[in-house]
Amino acid sequence: MMRFIWPLVAFLVLVGFLYVGLGLNPHEVPSPLIGKPAPAFTLPQLHDPAKQFSAQDMKGKVWLLNVWSSWCVSCREEHPVLVELAQQNVVPIYGLDYKDKREDGMGWLERGGNPYVLSASDTEGRVGIDYGVYGVPETYVIDKQGVIQYKEIGPVTPQSLQTKILPLVAQLQAK
Amino acid sequence: MNNIFIPDNPSAPSFPRRRESSEINTRRSGQDPNVDPLCGNYLINWIPACAGMTSFCSNVLSGFILFLCLMPVFAFAGEAKDIAEDPVVEKRMVALAENLRCLVCQNESLASSHAELAEDLRKEVREMIKKGMDDKQITEFLVTRYGDFVLYKPPVKSYTVLLWFGPFALFLIGGAGLFYQLRKRRLSAPEAELTPEAEQRAAALLNEDKDKQE
Repeated sequence: MMRFIWPLVAFLVLVGFLYVGLGLNPHEVPSPLIGKPAPAFTLPQLHDPAKQFSAQDMKGKVWLLNVWSSWCVSCREEHPVLVELAQQNVVPIYGLDYKDKREDGMGWLERGGNPYVLSASDTEGRVGIDYGVYGVPETYVIDKQGVIQYKEIGPVTPQSLQTKILPLVAQLQAK
Repeated sequence: MNNIFIPDNPSAPSFPRRRESSEINTRRSGQDPNVDPLCGNYLINWIPACAGMTSFCSNVLSGFILFLCLMPVFAFAGEAKDIAEDPVVEKRMVALAENLRCLVCQNESLASSHAELAEDLRKEVREMIKKGMDDKQITEFLVTRYGDFVLYKPPVKSYTVLLWFGPFALFLIGGAGLFYQLRKRRLSAPEAELTPEAEQRAAALLNEDKDKQE
């Protein structure tokens, strides 16, 4: 009897690993930027390109940086969630309009509502590279010291807001 | 809130969407009478150039269009742009990018991926090469942004120890197990013991065999 036990145990361990692996999302690559200062940038504002927006100006505030684009399909799913979050006035949301045409971006906000305090235009996607953006949407939680504390890959959902983002924001704001 | 709202641009498409595969198919299958069945280009804009001209011109023009359609070069026009003016830079970029993973299509290297991000990153790598950065600095640039995941050859770190040495450990464990099992089996297998008569008979049989051969 014993001679069958060990192969069976080995097989079950393998099945366990494979089962867990099935549930993982290979597109979620942990960001090396978590716990590091948010890369500095200065970009023209979407609605008023004459004005600039710098990440450095946000020191002292806990804020969300949401990377979005008018051509992004998942952003459509995320947008109402962000609009609702903005109405609650818990945390300021700033947008990074990634590789988008200015008119398209503004048209999108006109139609879907604008949850952003303001959006910065990253037409070339250079700031996106600095932030390690590899898909849109992505959302960064940045603390008062300007350190990235969390990155949500893919659309923000009511569930991820309740379980991760909002508790973290409250904790960071209390500091 | 300091949002500045600018009136909507009526010509802006409401939500840009990808072309559905079915649309591509209809275009390819030539159901649309304006479409050249050979390469799928819309001819309608070309042919009116011949309106009022001789049929010779029309033939020449159609021939020219056909020629364009058949030229494979045009199919790669998008990529051709990618090949920089400087072949040395390009070669180094490709050599580097072949060992880097594209984050969008994760089974493709940065060198072969058609994802837009891969294109941007190749551009970035080219610029870094032109700036005189060495391979290590360029790799470092990408790793600080995207993590070790971009490296096809992960570095040896505390959390990659199992990845690097796990197979060797398994091999050693398996080998030790096999050795142990074989030794146990050899020790437990009883030495064949023969009674003196049986031994004599065996010897007789063997000798008999020998005699026959002689």
